[in-house]
Amino acid sequence: MRFGVVRFPGSNCEQDVVHAVQHLGFDAGYIWHGDTDLAGYDAIVLPGGFSYGDYIRCGAVARFSPVMAEVVRFAERGGPVIGICNGFQILTEAHLLPGALLRNTGLKFVCKPASLRVEESVCQWLDLPPGTVVSVPVNHNEGNFICDDETLERIRGNGQVVLRYCEPDGTTADGGSAPNGALDDIAGITNERGNVFGLMPHPERVVDPVSGGTDGQEFFSAIAERVVNAG
Amino acid sequence: MARFEIYVTYKKGIFDPPGATAERALVNLGYDEVGSVKIGKYIQLEVADGTPMERVREMCDKLLANPVIEDYRIETVGEA
Repeated sequence: MRFGVVRFPGSNCEQDVVHAVQHLGFDAGYIWHGDTDLAGYDAIVLPGGFSYGDYIRCGAVARFSPVMAEVVRFAERGGPVIGICNGFQILTEAHLLPGALLRNTGLKFVCKPASLRVEESVCQWLDLPPGTVVSVPVNHNEGNFICDDETLERIRGNGQVVLRYCEPDGTTADGGSAPNGALDDIAGITNERGNVFGLMPHPERVVDPVSGGTDGQEFFSAIAERVVNAG
Repeated sequence: MARFEIYVTYKKGIFDPPGATAERALVNLGYDEVGSVKIGKYIQLEVADGTPMERVREMCDKLLANPVIEDYRIETVGEA
């Protein structure tokens, strides 16, 4: 099982991802944003950071990096792709995922552990039972997920909502539990097929227990198991 | 060179956090007459003479604006 972690100019979480998946016993390699060869990789990770300085809109420029045309083809063939934080923003800009990520409602950069509730979804990246609550840190300024009503209804109906922000006991606070104003408390979504997954929280930061938790392990191990079993 | 000015704003119904904050701040400063504030982007674009408007629109749809959340208005301002 080999994860390919894309490096854009301004990415800053790619080493964390490589460390996390290696900690779990999987292989990983970096892919430069100017490269177009994804051969040998079983899953692609678009990591967090500030690709191209977040200019124009977060992810708007990275989306046109040479590697992205290949990532789109990889995803269209059913290959597993995960976008974390800035990676999620890039996936929405590339139209691999619906909606967009606006500036946080409170206008503040949020950096803290977030409780997330696993929803019943078609996502291939998670095998946790619906209702499971995990604690994964968020670290962003533009994580305020938004889409139009029709899209919201569609992604809810298709089981594309994967994670919602919640309280530590799994309930939703009056007025919502999202630290960023996200519509319907949405923290992560998938495409219809379930192979492309975007989320604002950083599971790679809670894989190695030395960094304060292990709730993120499932986010990389479930897809690895799936790939190996399909192998 | 031909010059265009592009105004990018959030679509109706999309919450604009900086605009809402500026709106509250103005009211707090005593400007009770303030109804609403929307904050967008202003882009000056210079292109080769004779560039069709269609190309400028394409640039907006592809990169300068995100049609999922934003509207844009293009104004021609003549020679750069």
